[in-house]
Amino acid sequence: MAAETHDTILKLDDVTKVYSGIVAVKHASLELKRGAVNVLVGENGAGKSTLMRMIAGVEKPSLGRILLEGKEVEFNSPADAQKHGIGMVFQELNLFGNLSVAENIFATREITRGLGGIDHKAQVHKANQFLDKLDAGISAETMVEDLPIGQQQLVEIAKAISLDTRILILDEPTSALSAAEVDILFKVIGELKAQGVAIVYISHRLEELMRIGDYITVLRDGQITGQAMVRDIDTKWIVRSMIGSDAKDFAKSLDHKLGAEAFRAEDICLPRKTGGFAVDHLSISVRAGEVLGIYGLMGAGRSEFFECVIGQHAHSTGKIFVAGEEIAAKDTSNRIRKGLALIPEDRQREGLVQVLSITANLTLASLEKFVKFGFHISGEREQAAVKEQVRNLSIKAPNPDFDVTSMSGGNQQKVVIGKALMTNPKVLLMDEPSRGIDVGAKADVFRTMRKLAGEGLAILFSTSDLEEVMALSDRIAVMSNGRVTTILDRADATEELIVKAASEGHKSTREIA
Amino acid sequence: MTTATSTEKVPAADSGSILLTLMKLRTFIALFAVIAFFSIFAPNFLSTANIILMSKHVALNAFLAMGMTFVIITGGIDLSVGSIVGLCGMVAGGLILNGIDLQIGYTMYFNVVEVCLITLVVGILIGAVNGLLITKLNVAPFIATLGTLYVARGFALLSSDGQTFPNLIGKPELATTGFGFLGSGRIIGLPVSIWILIVVALAAAYVAKYVPIGRQIFAVGGNERAARMSGIRVDRVKMFVYMFSGFCAAIVGIVISSELMASHPATGNSFELNAIAAAVLGGTSMSGGRGTIGGTIIGAFVIGILSDGLVMMGVSSFWQMVIKGIVIIVAVVVDQAQRRLQQQVTLMQLAKKG
Repeated sequence: MAAETHDTILKLDDVTKVYSGIVAVKHASLELKRGAVNVLVGENGAGKSTLMRMIAGVEKPSLGRILLEGKEVEFNSPADAQKHGIGMVFQELNLFGNLSVAENIFATREITRGLGGIDHKAQVHKANQFLDKLDAGISAETMVEDLPIGQQQLVEIAKAISLDTRILILDEPTSALSAAEVDILFKVIGELKAQGVAIVYISHRLEELMRIGDYITVLRDGQITGQAMVRDIDTKWIVRSMIGSDAKDFAKSLDHKLGAEAFRAEDICLPRKTGGFAVDHLSISVRAGEVLGIYGLMGAGRSEFFECVIGQHAHSTGKIFVAGEEIAAKDTSNRIRKGLALIPEDRQREGLVQVLSITANLTLASLEKFVKFGFHISGEREQAAVKEQVRNLSIKAPNPDFDVTSMSGGNQQKVVIGKALMTNPKVLLMDEPSRGIDVGAKADVFRTMRKLAGEGLAILFSTSDLEEVMALSDRIAVMSNGRVTTILDRADATEELIVKAASEGHKSTREIA
Repeated sequence: MTTATSTEKVPAADSGSILLTLMKLRTFIALFAVIAFFSIFAPNFLSTANIILMSKHVALNAFLAMGMTFVIITGGIDLSVGSIVGLCGMVAGGLILNGIDLQIGYTMYFNVVEVCLITLVVGILIGAVNGLLITKLNVAPFIATLGTLYVARGFALLSSDGQTFPNLIGKPELATTGFGFLGSGRIIGLPVSIWILIVVALAAAYVAKYVPIGRQIFAVGGNERAARMSGIRVDRVKMFVYMFSGFCAAIVGIVISSELMASHPATGNSFELNAIAAAVLGGTSMSGGRGTIGGTIIGAFVIGILSDGLVMMGVSSFWQMVIKGIVIIVAVVVDQAQRRLQQQVTLMQLAKKG
């Protein structure tokens, strides 16, 4: 199928981009092919997103030229790039939460009736057509903020498709999608390809790249380290080009004895605004030193369950025990003090305080540990603790006093993890800890999880990556529609069993709804 | 990748960043500029008497601006401080002049220290009302404090039927004398109100930098949801900043009535706007998360010296308003330009390093 040759639509010629903190891209040259999927891989901070942001007009290259159809172009804004037929779905979503899906899709190019104002009916109608193409199951009249993050991603994709683009850039479009949704997305990508659209596809999921990619470009530290046709290479080649040597994806599970029960949730319930339960009478128990993987599709209620446990939903019911002791306190501060810690899914919105330094972010949840005389923060103690975390988690920080935003996504995630660990938790809740992280940082995170479990921590982590849940967990709980549909020992777990259990609760949704 | 992390020193400022350094020091530069300008053009500007008089004026605004700075850093706003000044002045004056009538034929009088403490508590309580409205009832800070602005002013007027409490000299037999010390007394040559300002400002700056609640104020303003997720008691932090703002306003109420030896219910009208201006001039970001006490104090001095100096030069008060407005706008524009320039300079330094 890739036998025919594709011509080049856009060329980056020796571009360099310097940011605060990092030289993100160094002398990179890249050709995008028409009617093909151009895959871009690399670790976090390798410069993939930066490269694409230059094509999409968000950033201007510090050096070098951009050639569109052989002619040199300069994009001063995303609107400029859009005029040239370039659309981009960003990794961090750019939607207006306070507007409806249709209004988001048609933002800046509203359908109007002359002086009669915006034709909302027509907008909703057309938006629904795009959404149906994606089988999204979202009504165009819904407020975006009411949608879970995965569905928001679908809205972004629908928006990009609606632009009639010649070049469509997808930056980690599947990071929050379920397997079924990924299939639909790939179908749409296939259709767009047939129409001659050049697709740029950025992802960390190597098996996806192998499945849909035509051309592949690998980046490392801002430089292009490999370019090939996908059919000529294998995943080992990708990993080698990415991190320099063959790397093992997952930390080897250390054999250690499980301790007594460290965490138990009984009958956790969270009513949904629209009726029914987001978390439906959920009970679960984890032993010290055990890693429990919670697998589920989007909207299965994994994040909501974690939020109930950490005390973010005042109206949730049920009992929570840490080391056999019931936690009566309802608020987050006291639950953290009792040994619970949460690493939230959305690090930009819930994990980090962007205006603060790396140090201040790391110690935010555990400040009281560094306090002398009951009120004075001891700089020495704080610095020492920060240094230790930076070393333990191998955070790549040029200076801990810099703004936390000066680092790449993977390192920011490590800061969020470090913040949770500094509270000395007994039970660690990790909501999609590998979301939007490259292979190298993922391996770091997984190694840390294993190490912590070895030290006797009980870990609950959620993921929508089958391979991940199979490789990392001691036990696997599958959630569907707010309920745990099955709990499997790692030895008994098969991918088929898990996938089947993950859709069990959703059948009954349709009946109820 | 498991590369060990190295901590490098921040690249030292070189010639390329001179402009940036100038911009960072812009409030200082503005301060020196107004001082230099008026020492040349306003007669007697640099006389000791005038400097002390001006400092007393500035101190009043500086108190309010400090409270306002913390509030703005959390992402809120406190419009009620001017009214709290008025009401607290009336509380202090009323207590000295009339005491509390217990309705059983006795009237209770308090000595000056007790009067001041009660007044401070009143200020803190109004701040607590603001805080409760904002945290428990989810009223937007602008609206909540707009409401208390009217309520507090109303009570101030009601307390005396709109009249002034005059002659707060007190009676020796009731131990209510000595109220004037706060407003016109001196310790080692400096007015008492300046000493109080120094103490409160140092305490506030210390809290901002070295006490957990200070760090938490910045975290709440920077990303409230992340702060909540990290176990910070966001409601408590907000209560603190509004109560501190009320506390600062109460100090101003006491100092003003002590200076005048009289309490007038309209005192403090529109003081909140001057306080906001001083905070913004000092680099506090209205979107929350950024600001310093030191900057705010300098901002208060710039505004105070500017208005006093213009009066001494005989500039019409109408022009004064225009000039003040322009200074505030320029300050914010420069603030934005500085952020952009800062990024560029960092980039240049990085590029030089390779």
